[in-house]
Amino acid sequence: MEQIELQEKTVNKKTACYHCGDECPDDSIQLNEKVFCCNGCKTVFELLDENNLCSYYSIDKNPGATRKYHTKRNYDFLDDTDLRLKLIDFSNDVKTNVTFDIPQMHCSSCIWILENLYNLDGGVISSKVNFLQKKLFVSYLEKTTSLKKIVELLDSIGYEPLLNLEDKKEEKVRSEYKSLYYKIGIAGFCFGNIMLLSFPEYLSIDVAQHDELKKIFAVLNIILSLPVFFYSASDYFISAWKGLRKRIVNIDVPLALGIFVLFIRSVIDITLLNGPGFLDSLAGLIFFLLVGKLFQNKTYETLNFERNYKSYFPIAVTVHKEGKETTIPVEKLTVGERILVRNNELIPADSILIKGNGNIDYSFVTGEAVPVERKNGEMIYAGGKQVGSAIEIETIKEVSQSYLTQLWNSKAFKKEGISEESGITSFSNIVSKYFTFGVIALAVIAGFIWSSNLTLAFNAITAVLIVACPCALALSTPFTMGNTLRIFGKNKLYLKHTHVVESLASIDTIVFDKTGTITENGAANVVFIGRELSNEELTYIKSTVRNSTHPLSLAIFNFIKEEKILVPLRYNEEPAKGIETEFRNATVVRIGSKNFVEAKILDESLTTKVFVSMNDDQPGYFEITNKYREGLGSLMAALENDYSLALLSGDNEGEKENLRKFFGSDNELHFRQSPHDKLKFIEELQSQGKKVLMFGDGLNDAGALKQSNIGLSISDDTNNFSPACDGILDSKSFNRIKDFIAFSKTSKKIIIASFILSFVYNVIGLSFAFTGTLSPLVAAILMPISSISAVVFTTLAVNISAKKKGLL
Amino acid sequence: MQIVVVLIGASLLVALGFLAAYLWAVKSGQYDDKYTPSVRILFDENKKPKDTSKK
Repeated sequence: MEQIELQEKTVNKKTACYHCGDECPDDSIQLNEKVFCCNGCKTVFELLDENNLCSYYSIDKNPGATRKYHTKRNYDFLDDTDLRLKLIDFSNDVKTNVTFDIPQMHCSSCIWILENLYNLDGGVISSKVNFLQKKLFVSYLEKTTSLKKIVELLDSIGYEPLLNLEDKKEEKVRSEYKSLYYKIGIAGFCFGNIMLLSFPEYLSIDVAQHDELKKIFAVLNIILSLPVFFYSASDYFISAWKGLRKRIVNIDVPLALGIFVLFIRSVIDITLLNGPGFLDSLAGLIFFLLVGKLFQNKTYETLNFERNYKSYFPIAVTVHKEGKETTIPVEKLTVGERILVRNNELIPADSILIKGNGNIDYSFVTGEAVPVERKNGEMIYAGGKQVGSAIEIETIKEVSQSYLTQLWNSKAFKKEGISEESGITSFSNIVSKYFTFGVIALAVIAGFIWSSNLTLAFNAITAVLIVACPCALALSTPFTMGNTLRIFGKNKLYLKHTHVVESLASIDTIVFDKTGTITENGAANVVFIGRELSNEELTYIKSTVRNSTHPLSLAIFNFIKEEKILVPLRYNEEPAKGIETEFRNATVVRIGSKNFVEAKILDESLTTKVFVSMNDDQPGYFEITNKYREGLGSLMAALENDYSLALLSGDNEGEKENLRKFFGSDNELHFRQSPHDKLKFIEELQSQGKKVLMFGDGLNDAGALKQSNIGLSISDDTNNFSPACDGILDSKSFNRIKDFIAFSKTSKKIIIASFILSFVYNVIGLSFAFTGTLSPLVAAILMPISSISAVVFTTLAVNISAKKKGLL
Repeated sequence: MQIVVVLIGASLLVALGFLAAYLWAVKSGQYDDKYTPSVRILFDENKKPKDTSKK
């Protein structure tokens, strides 16, 4: 008796897997007194143990990824030379460098093991991790090892690399980043030295008697300002020029004008008039502007906002040709080819099922967790994942022409770039347009006033242009937006760009996707409808569904509270149909679809049901409904007053009644929406002049997300796949959507306030400029003060209001 | 006062040296990853596999 109790205790006290930290079902898998949840985890441990790499487990606790659901992938395609060349960075015949994306990387142990790859594979010369970007750089010897071997090794220790053929865009961003660092460094260096050399001027030290010295200082200043003017400030000139060519006066136009006039006036001042010039202000201004830019450019490096179907589809497929299996890159796949799709592999193109039992999981495409059954000769759409035994399919469309991928041919994806570069809608650009014309008008007026004296007129005109240079204006936007972005990031809303904050403030319509967006992924509400079940019956049912990985089985398994589990004598799972088990006392339990169970219950409603039969008895069925995210009700109630809401779902109307509760009576609910329907719906709203914010999650929302003014993708794990979008929202922060929108409005107000502040400075400066008495000292004080106060004001204002709203 | 010119020349040279060091640091990738090195430094380096004879 005592022993039994003891045994039960050890079962109840769930042990954490030594490798991944998941709960172990029992203690059956052990090695060196360490318990593992599955054999996969144990294998990884063995491999590391053999190579004396067990420090992996001492740096962080349970650092591994669970291997329970892992299926070994076939990496034969990496031997294909064409493909290989696309993946590697550099290769001579001896040495090859390659960069991998490793999404699984998450702790110090990961860094350690990945940088110790050379202990596991002798051919690896070195491996280096960039943790924030989740990248691994490996260089290896071609003779001793191969790309395939390294990828297999990474996969076998739980760090499956994300192989992607088109990642080159990122490098461009990288080099832009670097050049910004160069520019800041040079501007900072020149700024400091020019200030130093201008000191005699600030302190009004009488340099008249040291005329020589004064000359030398001034000439040195000019030399030091050359790299600032020609290199560090070059972006502003280029951007202003680009804007003007498109007939847009962006914020860089008055900036470039101010910088240009500052430089010319200073050079003339120094060379012709023996004056001191304003070069210190020039260098300081550019230095501050660049720092602002760096601040604004804070990006979420690990998150990828640009993913399209290509980064999700496999890069190679197994093709059946003349009785032989070969792997070819997915781009080379043509119509009419027979391909083999194994368990958990994706269907790359629309095809017809030729052989095997199709059980296609479209969760990625539609968000619907329940796999669908397909028979021979039936159509299978690209993007589904085969669950179960391998199938053979014949392609009927090319990859790029398939149902799902056609979304990317829609014009929503082609207009990209135009609006982003010019930023037509950006508030600061609207202001800067009037600002520029105003400043030019003032300069002309100042010139007229002093028209009697040419030197004074020149001084006054240039002084107006210099003083009016909108440094505070140009700084307030990046700092406000940069801070806002940072605060959003802390609350798990990651926006791609600062201008998204501005658009967020002006939206008036919010559209939601259903599955995966407002419902919780993998969670379900289960109700049993029928007569009451006895504990014994519940045990049978639980024991039956225990061995199935089907999402509905999991839902039922979690629903039944019974602790006892029986091991069935016979177990038979028919994919997409149901499960039949037989227990010791000859009880046959069948659980599954209506046809499988031969249920006699009349029921026509569209909800998802799982029927149960025990021998000849039919006690009823489980009804499984979506579980909506926590706080959905209060969120919708709060949003309803200020925004018009809409719901787009790819599913049937089964949940309509439930959804009405959330969405109220006058908001639109649309069901059975294809990806194209969703896109069209957004287009229609926009043609009515509405500014649409769309929340979605799956690939099927990609078109609509792109078309919306702002498309936000909701994700349980932000490193997971999310379609191309403007931002990624962690599902934990879903109920704070209203706060985010409200805060973006606050940010906009802060920008306006700081614009007013900078105008005040301009008025003070202009009063000096108009009288023609703008001394370098006044400029040197006024310009940094206005810049710094703009930065301080916006930073403080954003942080204080974030605290008030509970976002910090 | 000529000495001031010499001093300024010297100070500029020193400053240029630092600027060059900074530019080199950016170029060699020290600003690419500002997190991983802080972790890497904490690892014990000389934990070689005990069976080096395996090769």
